[in-house]
Amino acid sequence: MAPLLDIRGLCKRFGGLSANEDISFTVGRGEIVGLIGPNGAGKTTLFNCMAGYFSPSAGTIEFAGEHISHLSPEGAAKRGIARTFQIVRTFSSMTACENVMVGAMLRNRRVAAARQLALETLAFVGLSARATSVAGTMTVAEQRRLEIARALATGPQLLLLDEVMAGLNLAEVREAVELIRRIRDRDVACVIVEHVMEAIMPIAHRVVVLDAGRKIADGPPQAIARDPAVLAAYLGE
Amino acid sequence: MSTPASTVTRENLPRGGEPARATAKRVAVLAVLAGAVALPWLVANRSQLNYAILVLMIAQAGVAWNILGGYAGQVSLGHAAFYGIGAYTSTKLLLLFGLSPWLGMLAGGLLAALFALAIGWPCFRLKGHYFAMATIAIAEILQIVVTNWDWLGGAVGLSLPLTEAGWWGFVFNKSKVPYYYIVLALLVMTMGVSWLIERSYLGYYFRAIKDEPDAARSVGVDLQRYKLIAIAASSFLTALGGTFYAQKELFIDTGSTMATSLSIKIALVAILGGVGTLSGPVIGALILTAIEETTRAMFGGTGRGTDLIIYALLIIGIAVFYPSGVVGWWRDLEKRWLAPRQPHRAGGNIR
Repeated sequence: MAPLLDIRGLCKRFGGLSANEDISFTVGRGEIVGLIGPNGAGKTTLFNCMAGYFSPSAGTIEFAGEHISHLSPEGAAKRGIARTFQIVRTFSSMTACENVMVGAMLRNRRVAAARQLALETLAFVGLSARATSVAGTMTVAEQRRLEIARALATGPQLLLLDEVMAGLNLAEVREAVELIRRIRDRDVACVIVEHVMEAIMPIAHRVVVLDAGRKIADGPPQAIARDPAVLAAYLGE
Repeated sequence: MSTPASTVTRENLPRGGEPARATAKRVAVLAVLAGAVALPWLVANRSQLNYAILVLMIAQAGVAWNILGGYAGQVSLGHAAFYGIGAYTSTKLLLLFGLSPWLGMLAGGLLAALFALAIGWPCFRLKGHYFAMATIAIAEILQIVVTNWDWLGGAVGLSLPLTEAGWWGFVFNKSKVPYYYIVLALLVMTMGVSWLIERSYLGYYFRAIKDEPDAARSVGVDLQRYKLIAIAASSFLTALGGTFYAQKELFIDTGSTMATSLSIKIALVAILGGVGTLSGPVIGALILTAIEETTRAMFGGTGRGTDLIIYALLIIGIAVFYPSGVVGWWRDLEKRWLAPRQPHRAGGNIR
C-alpha cells in the first residue's frame, strides 16, 4: 500500500541558509513517526512545509496520492493534515469548547453539530471539566491538550505534533503519551517533534533524526538509540 | 438589549439556573424594544426626538463597524468612506433619475460593499495597526476626490429636493417621527444581521481570526475570504446609514458624511460600549452622544473641537483601564455578583 505521506528530496532555503536539505521519508497510515534532532536541526521548518505554512524550495510532498508541495495551510487542513504549535496558539478569548468547535466546523458548519463533536473531543483528551473555561486562563499543559483536541476535531488523517510535551512535568508527560496512544488507536497517523526522548521512544513506530538540516537516520527506536551517527550528533564526537 | 450578546457563553455553561436568566434577558430586550417604539410619545419636543435619532444613527453605524472591527478584529478607521458612498449614491441617483432613495439605499450598500472588497483585497495583507492606517488613508483619499469632483457637488455639497414626498420618497417635513421609526428599524435590522453572524460559524471564524490568525488557518479557515465577508457585510450596512443621513438632512457634503472624525466616532461607539458584543455599540452611542450634547451645551460655539478632545481621552481611558468596554465591565460585575450565589457556575470561572 502506498504511504500516507511521501516526502522526497525536500529542500527549504531561506536566502543563503539551508534549513532542510534533501530530506526524504514516508509516513504510513496510522503510523507514529518521531522526528528528533538537536536544536536548529530543521524540525520545525520541515513541519511548516508539511502543514503548508512554508513552500519547499525543491522536492515534493505527496499526501494520500496527491501533490501538496505548494498548498496553503487551510488547503492542507481540508485534505486532512492537522497540527499543533510549538508555542501554544489557542484562541485565547474563546472557551475551550469554542476553540474545538472552530476545528470541528471544517467538516460541518452547523453550530449544534460542531458543539456536539467538540464536547466529545474534549472528553477524548480529558478536558471535559474545562469546556467552559476561557482558553487564555488555562495552564500550558491544558492548552497543549486543547490544541490537540482542536486539531483532532478537523477529522485529520495525519496529525503533526510540535513539541507537545515541552514544559510538562513527569505526570503530564505520562498523560500525553497515553493520549497519543489513544489517538493512534483512532487510526490517525502522527508525526511528533520531540525533545523528551523517554517519551517518544516507547510510542513511535519509527524515528527520523535530523541534524543540520539533513536526515541522518531513519528506523525503529531501538536501532536509532544505538546509531553511531545519532549519538555523535547528540553527544558530539 | 444584551441577550444575544452573551448567547455564546451562556449556551456553553452547565445547565441549571440558566433558563431563568435567559427569560429575564428576553423580557429585558422586549421592554427596551417597547420603550423604543413608544418613545415618540414620551419625548417632550422635536429636539429631544432629534437627539434620539442621532443616538440611533451612530449606534447603527457602530453595530455595522463592529462586525469587522469587533468580531473579526480588523480595526477600520475609515468607515466614513462607506457611509459617504451610501449618502452620495442614493442622492445622485435621486437627482439624476428620480430614483426612490429606498432603491438608492440598496444601490449605495452594494457599491460600498464592492468598494470594500476592492480595498480589502490588498489591505487585508497588512496586519494590525497597518490595516487601520491603510483605512485612514483610503477614506482620506476618497474624501479629497469627492471634495474636488464637481459632478458630486464638490466642496459645496449636494442638496436634495425639500418637497414632502412621503414613505416611498423618503422625505418627511411635517414630523420627524417617521425618520425615528425608519432609523430604529435600520438599527434593529443591523443588530439582527450581527446577531445571526455571531451565532453562526461566521461568528466563530471571525473571533478565531481575531485571536490567532495562524492557528485559524491550521483548522482550514481562509483568512482573506472571511475578512472579505466581514468587510462586505460591515460596509453594506454602514452605507445604509449614510443614505438615511442624506434623507434626513436633505443636504450632504464630504465634511458631514466622509470626515475622519466620523470614522473615529463610528469606531469609538463600538470600542467604548464593548467590541465584539451585540449591544456594546448601542450603549457606546448612548454614552458618547450624551457627552457630546453636554459639552456642546456647556461650551457652545467656542467649544468646537471639544468633542475631539473627549474622543481622545475616551480612547486612552478604555485602552488603559477597560479594553472590553462598558459591556465587558458589566459582565465582570455580573460574574462577581452571581458567582457566590450560584455555586454550580463557579466551576467554569475558577482560574
